[in-house]
Amino acid sequence: MTGFAYHRRGKQIAATFSGFEADLLRSLASQLIELLHDEASLPQQTSDPLEALLDFSGPTTEPEDPVLARLFPTAYRDDEEAAGEFRRFTEGSLRESKAAGASSIVEALEEAGLPPELLEDGLMIDVELDAAEAETWMRSFTDLRLALATRLDIEEGDEDYWDQLSEEDPRSQVYGIYQWLGYLQETLVESLVRAA
Amino acid sequence: MSAPSPVELDEPVTDDLAIPATPWVTIVWNDPVNLMSYVTYVFQKYFGYEKKKAEKLMMEVHEDGRSAVSTGSREEMERDVQAMHGYGLWATLEKQG
Repeated sequence: MTGFAYHRRGKQIAATFSGFEADLLRSLASQLIELLHDEASLPQQTSDPLEALLDFSGPTTEPEDPVLARLFPTAYRDDEEAAGEFRRFTEGSLRESKAAGASSIVEALEEAGLPPELLEDGLMIDVELDAAEAETWMRSFTDLRLALATRLDIEEGDEDYWDQLSEEDPRSQVYGIYQWLGYLQETLVESLVRAA
Repeated sequence: MSAPSPVELDEPVTDDLAIPATPWVTIVWNDPVNLMSYVTYVFQKYFGYEKKKAEKLMMEVHEDGRSAVSTGSREEMERDVQAMHGYGLWATLEKQG
């Protein structure tokens, strides 16, 4: 397992993933896109193009899914009406930009040679990103880590609890993925600082 | 992404007669997920803060549970909060107390 590194000569931030790792990243990013496109919390869709253009409505209440509630926190703690207005005008575009970020990870992995279905062993995927792309990945890794942490119910300073979980506990595997994403993220931040 | 010019985080004016010109603040709250290096990076990149100031704010978030990271008009703070949500940070805005 290696993380991202900044290559001064080509001014690229690069990482090499095993086929398994690349496939896992694609799967996580795809699940995030699906969650972000969850229609229940989006403005109502209409087939009338004029009506669609005139539809400025967005959600005004906190999403029910705890992951979405964490990705789109309530901006005003003591003012429900202002919080609803803020959400109406921001949540839709935030959802779109987060979904676009996750999509760019999927696309980059596939452009780098990840097949639609991973069948062969020993495949290695080399990813090279410029600074802007690396920042998009870094943001998206944040979303993925927030999603996993919310599902796992991770709390401040509970590392010991997760470390002593039996390997047979499925949460232990998910926690391993969460930590791996954290490691990738840390190396992305370091690379971006070097690239600046 | 927009990059507003840095705003100094002065202590609130204690003179009762003074009318604060910038009565809103953006608060970033601690969470168990975001890396310290990442939070520092975001404060530098988005707000244009020096590394030292970004680290100080990050440590406030980490140790005090919250930090006022920018001040300005309500519209400006809504923009900052939206940007922080874009970065996955837990941010709110409120009137400066």
